[in-house]
Amino acid sequence: MTATRVPPARRGDKPRTPQGKAAKWVDDRLNIAGPMRAQLNKVFPDHWSFMMGEIALYSFIILLLTGTYLTFFFDPSMAEVTYHGTYVPMDGIRMSQAYKTTLDISFDVRGGLIIRQIHHWAALLFVAAMLIHMCRVFFTGAFRKPRELNWLIGLTLILLGIIEGFVGYSLPDDLLSGTGLRIADAIVLSIPVIGTWLAFLIFGGNFPGEVIIGRFYIAHVLLIPGILLALIGAHLALLVRQKHTQFAAPGRTESTVSGERIFPTYAAKAGGFFFIVFAALAALGGFAQINPVWLFGPYEPRSVSSGSQPDWYMMFLDGSTRLFPSWEIRLWHHTVPPLFWPTVVLPGILTTLAAAYPFIEAKMTKDTRKHHLLQRPRDAPVRTSLGAMALTFYMVLFLSGGNDLIAHAFDISLNAMTWGGRIALLVLPPIAYAFAYRVCLGLQRHDREVLEHGLETGIIHVLPTGEFIEVHQPLGPVDEHGHGQLTYSGTPVPKRMGQLGAISPLRHVRGFFYPVKEKPEIQAELDEMDGLTGRSSAAAVQGGEAPTSDENRRHQLTD
Amino acid sequence: MTRSIDHGADPNTPTADELRKMTPEEAMIAGAESQGVRIVHRRDRFPIRGTKAEKRAERAVAACFLIAALAGVGFIVAFIALPWKWHLPGTPQNFRVYTPALGGLMAALLLFMGVGLVLWAKWLIPEEEAIQDRHDEESSAEEKLMTEATLVSGLADTGLPRRGVIMTSLLLAGGALATVPLVALVGGMLKKPGDQLLHTLFEPNKELFPETDGRVPLVLQDWRQIGPNDLDPGGIATVFPGVREEVNGYNGLTSASSPTLLIRLRPGQEVRSRKGQAEYGWPKKSPEYVAYSKICTHAGCPASLYEQQTSRLLCPCHQSQFEVLLDAKPVFGPATRSLPKLPIDLVTGTDGNQYFVARSDYQEPIGPGFWERR
Repeated sequence: MTATRVPPARRGDKPRTPQGKAAKWVDDRLNIAGPMRAQLNKVFPDHWSFMMGEIALYSFIILLLTGTYLTFFFDPSMAEVTYHGTYVPMDGIRMSQAYKTTLDISFDVRGGLIIRQIHHWAALLFVAAMLIHMCRVFFTGAFRKPRELNWLIGLTLILLGIIEGFVGYSLPDDLLSGTGLRIADAIVLSIPVIGTWLAFLIFGGNFPGEVIIGRFYIAHVLLIPGILLALIGAHLALLVRQKHTQFAAPGRTESTVSGERIFPTYAAKAGGFFFIVFAALAALGGFAQINPVWLFGPYEPRSVSSGSQPDWYMMFLDGSTRLFPSWEIRLWHHTVPPLFWPTVVLPGILTTLAAAYPFIEAKMTKDTRKHHLLQRPRDAPVRTSLGAMALTFYMVLFLSGGNDLIAHAFDISLNAMTWGGRIALLVLPPIAYAFAYRVCLGLQRHDREVLEHGLETGIIHVLPTGEFIEVHQPLGPVDEHGHGQLTYSGTPVPKRMGQLGAISPLRHVRGFFYPVKEKPEIQAELDEMDGLTGRSSAAAVQGGEAPTSDENRRHQLTD
Repeated sequence: MTRSIDHGADPNTPTADELRKMTPEEAMIAGAESQGVRIVHRRDRFPIRGTKAEKRAERAVAACFLIAALAGVGFIVAFIALPWKWHLPGTPQNFRVYTPALGGLMAALLLFMGVGLVLWAKWLIPEEEAIQDRHDEESSAEEKLMTEATLVSGLADTGLPRRGVIMTSLLLAGGALATVPLVALVGGMLKKPGDQLLHTLFEPNKELFPETDGRVPLVLQDWRQIGPNDLDPGGIATVFPGVREEVNGYNGLTSASSPTLLIRLRPGQEVRSRKGQAEYGWPKKSPEYVAYSKICTHAGCPASLYEQQTSRLLCPCHQSQFEVLLDAKPVFGPATRSLPKLPIDLVTGTDGNQYFVARSDYQEPIGPGFWERR
């Protein structure tokens, strides 16, 4: 078998290097040399937009680490106790054990507050990164065949992440989260036929009951993270199996993936990025206060504070609830409360649409091929515009979730904000569609224009006739009319002279403090490299292979 | 037909003897090649060892790791040495630097660790570009046919398609298998709502309050009974049923359906009552005091922001607005139903003090709507 062909060492079959010895020890037991090498040599493409999923993954790891720490101190009990801890303003106040232990983590556990805050920030980042990752996947068409399954897993991860976040911030049993729980109870109550029974089942009786924090706790630390972990495993397993998508570029095909091998380069970069994400969260946890439950007080049904917003990922539901008109169905001695539509039906529709989208698109475009090369958003204008429409819809809901804060900050009537949100929710998405569609087409046209006529150089010539023309720099070979011969291939087209590599934008920064000069031998080597790999079209241009556009332009004019 | 695991294997894969003669780098490239990974570009970042530039890059990376180590030490020192216990304002507030200090040092430890790794990869590890085959072709026709045949034959072996009795009974058993845990779980968690959503603790109770003929007194948060002089004109108070005993696990203060707003109207203000509720306030004719449930009929938040000038109650959760002078009718926002009105009366206690009581329970369910609500 191939496994025996792997060279564990240079001489003899007895490995001499420590790596070889370790590998042999493993291989003797698992017979794994071949597959292991395949994983070490696995190639990952590099692009900044691929880091969103990484951020989500790393936030999840950080959530597991900090969350485990918090379980050592948190007691999810609704038993009533009297507070006598370090935070004197709360002294003597009756509260639940859950709220008390949250205060203890914040005030009586050395370093507990920062871990609590990192945990909360990581939760916000987790959902945010997943959502932006989803946008990346959507707008570049990465969900297309063969990756529909991973799209569905990813969508489930986002929904579970949101639920996990809500359940998590309900645990401290403070006034803000208790208000959220009260609304959750009302949402469940609003479900036709089974709502009342379901609410009593979840809360173990009439709201608030005595069991909800304990039940949420086990859901938050075991059930949902367990499912999340399994699904993340499946998500990554599919990624490894199907290999990562990549943007089109010269030399990239549907049948290959190009980039860096996992070991050592990609592993070092990804590992480093994990620490950078963690560092950002540690800084947020240290410097930016979040969810100061001691300022809210324990939950009591009679109290609420104005400007009470949920964590950001619940805001769109808050917004939809605020905007939805007061429509109630009363039939045959039964009620379907207005809350049902914006909090149960609307998320259901949104989720269904998102889940079905890959299949709808495949059906509409009659596209049954596999796709491993990503599309630039402009090249799929309908999809991009649909995405813009969906994001606009989401943003209106999101902002409406804080419309009282906006009204307060800008001294606008709250009622005007609500009406504005209602109108915007219906009017803005179609406008966003039309706008995005036009932008896509405009960008497409400009790409074609540059490929056909070349780049604007900023050099103006006066012809003997007195006419002014701008000299254009073609990107490649041209025909007798001076028209470029390159066709668009889904890759970015340079739009400025600087992007040809002759003047890199970074050099401007470098040259800000001292003149830019490469050492002659380095410059020579670089030129040689460029020539060998042919990666820079600028090299070809500078090499004078293409006739100057000035001449071509004259050709064209004389025709 | 036999296929090796590495179906992308290059027939030119070197033999073990050839591999033994190679340098690790050559053997690595051969190994990658044998599994369909072609390293198309590979360049040592510093072809000449020991140049100034290389030393500089090396020093920068090492400096990152060193700073990370120092930050780690700093974290431990800060963790142990800095004051961290909360103190009342007016006393030394130096504990306030504790969390930021920990956060800053931890961030420095992690950031320089991460940046060091990334710079190491970008500056020192050889630059390379590798191309890997996706092996994304469909499985061969033979493979597919054989797998399909295996599935078909396996199902035929079980005889299920022709043994309808087994099929049906198996489906029944499977259904039971799936349902039993659900029933056990739901059965254990199920609680009968009964009429709990229809009543509050304002329900008259002759055993507890014989002196008022069973009518429940309105009390403040500290169980003090509330009388007409406890409110200024235009004022409001949150009141509760004065039931100290627990019913269904809640007393008058802890029950989520208890909170009620007692409002004293300003002189000249008059409530246009809903049908049948004209005499719910006190005094019965042209009432000055009215009481409404504080629990919003939309999502159950306390509708607690009272705008005295416009006589509107605002719920801060979803901005439903209730016009008190229209008997707490919703005039804006998503709420559909008026806040339920509590019929109140004034009685004189044995000590001569006057206090409010609820003449009866609310005449409709309080709080958010639900299916069984009429």
